[in-house]
Amino acid sequence: MKIDADEVRRIAALSRLALTGAEVERFATQLSSILDYVSKLNELPTEGVEPTSHVMPLSTPLRDDVAARPLTREAALANGPSHDEFAFIVPRVI
Amino acid sequence: MSDDLLFESALSLRERVVSKQISASELTGLFLDRIAKTDATYRAFLLVDRDSALAQARAIDGAIVRGDDVGPLAGVPVAIKDQIVTRGLRTTCASRMLEGFVPPYDATVVDRLRRAGAIIIGKTNQDEFAMGSSTENSAYGPTRNPWDPNRVPGGSSGGSAVAVALRQVPLALGTDTGGSIRQPASLCGVVGLKPTYGRVSRFGAVAFASSLDQIGPFANTVPDTAAIMNVIAGHDPNDSTCVPAAVPDYLSGLDGGIAGIKVGVPREYFVPGMTAGVESAIQAGIDRLRAAGAELVEISLPHTDYCVATYYIIATAEASSNLARYDGVRYGYRAKEPKDLYDMYSRSRDEGFGSEVKRRIMLGTYVLSSGYYDAYYRKAQQVRTLIRQDFDAAFQKVDVIACPVSPVTAFKLGEMVEDPLQMYLMDILTISCNLAGLPGISVPCGFSDNLPVGLQLLAKPLGETVLLRTARAHEMAYPDSARRAG
Repeated sequence: MKIDADEVRRIAALSRLALTGAEVERFATQLSSILDYVSKLNELPTEGVEPTSHVMPLSTPLRDDVAARPLTREAALANGPSHDEFAFIVPRVI
Repeated sequence: MSDDLLFESALSLRERVVSKQISASELTGLFLDRIAKTDATYRAFLLVDRDSALAQARAIDGAIVRGDDVGPLAGVPVAIKDQIVTRGLRTTCASRMLEGFVPPYDATVVDRLRRAGAIIIGKTNQDEFAMGSSTENSAYGPTRNPWDPNRVPGGSSGGSAVAVALRQVPLALGTDTGGSIRQPASLCGVVGLKPTYGRVSRFGAVAFASSLDQIGPFANTVPDTAAIMNVIAGHDPNDSTCVPAAVPDYLSGLDGGIAGIKVGVPREYFVPGMTAGVESAIQAGIDRLRAAGAELVEISLPHTDYCVATYYIIATAEASSNLARYDGVRYGYRAKEPKDLYDMYSRSRDEGFGSEVKRRIMLGTYVLSSGYYDAYYRKAQQVRTLIRQDFDAAFQKVDVIACPVSPVTAFKLGEMVEDPLQMYLMDILTISCNLAGLPGISVPCGFSDNLPVGLQLLAKPLGETVLLRTARAHEMAYPDSARRAG
């Protein structure tokens, strides 16, 4: 599978990564060679094989409905790169 | 005397502390001095919290004086991979993205270690977000191999493996998504265990690939590995994938031997490219198991050759989703003067992540994107089923599987950084264990050109007891266990 520079830019936009020019070229080569390699899975017939998304057959357990103490607002905000005492601050959206 | 203490087992040090032969404070001081003396060369640690470690040790000493129950790891210093959150202790995942991140809570494993009396001494270096096999992908510089500082320690949990090998700490925690505990354990000559998926809580392990990630220990002996597993294993209401099964006492019956145990040797694991030195060390390890009474059985795991391709689709797909959380809003790096929201996201992520992380996010995004999902992601999940079925069939015939961890010993720094696919292929022998959710351990089994080689043992899910007993039987027969790194 050949990945060209335009395809790299399309994937980068989906990934929210602002790649620089040098990286676009390098990733085009590297991703192409990795995708070539993984295409070896096509050698295997898998029709009718159930996909595995998880190895342990667990159901989703529910805890008792008892109130627990959440993080304080101050602790939740502390690692934000920009915040005031109530909220995270981001560039203007509308 | 004092330097000899560094080379004692964690279990023996704990006995010395509770019987007041040495205080936890003195012991912690010895290990802190060892770190100060050695880490400028090897750089196993990203953060050493001397004051907090000594304060924890004083609290243990106070509890011993009062006659309180101090726990099974009382006074034993433990290092934590930087992928695992520690309350109040900077946690970066070796990424610029999390440069100043101070977690407001402890991972469940860290909380359990504290309750068991262990001293949390610091955070160890790794490949960024656990993506890599050499600890060279750290935003804060590489860690070096304790047997030859010009070589890599393996990865991604390289710092934890090195810290234990150099006796900077008796015990450490790592994470293993495709071999990130077993491979550095092999390359550094220590014991490293990846538990069964769900045996140990992942709460507080920063997510890389959630269906594969597992926390596990590094130690210098198998009994020490069993002792820390007794503390960290078990159900956790904060991790819905954590298995509710009761935890056996892993120390009980550990020395019981392996007479009559069937050990499978998969022919596919002796891959082209494996060095002769590794192969003969592995053969010596397997011979020790036979001499200890195990019955060797040749087995086949026919889908081995497809493991790397399957893994690099599933792991990157899950990573691209998990790492979407780094948006420069709630924590982590934010680019300067963003024009708008999109610009903030895309430049923060571009500037905050290193190359390997970006490459995997891109690959994962691609295999999940419209039009490619069935061809790559669904196909890989189907092959994952075939790989699991290989192991189901093998474990009908044998109790334990024995094979190499890595086809080569520690390679030189910089040797593989330009060729990511070559680096991925290094993981060929460790990945299947994660894809199938099995427990796997690396134990030192020999040297090749003065570099350590690890023997990998695998068991069926929740088979840690037989796994550890087999590892212990090998350890008791291994003549070079006292050889020291550094």
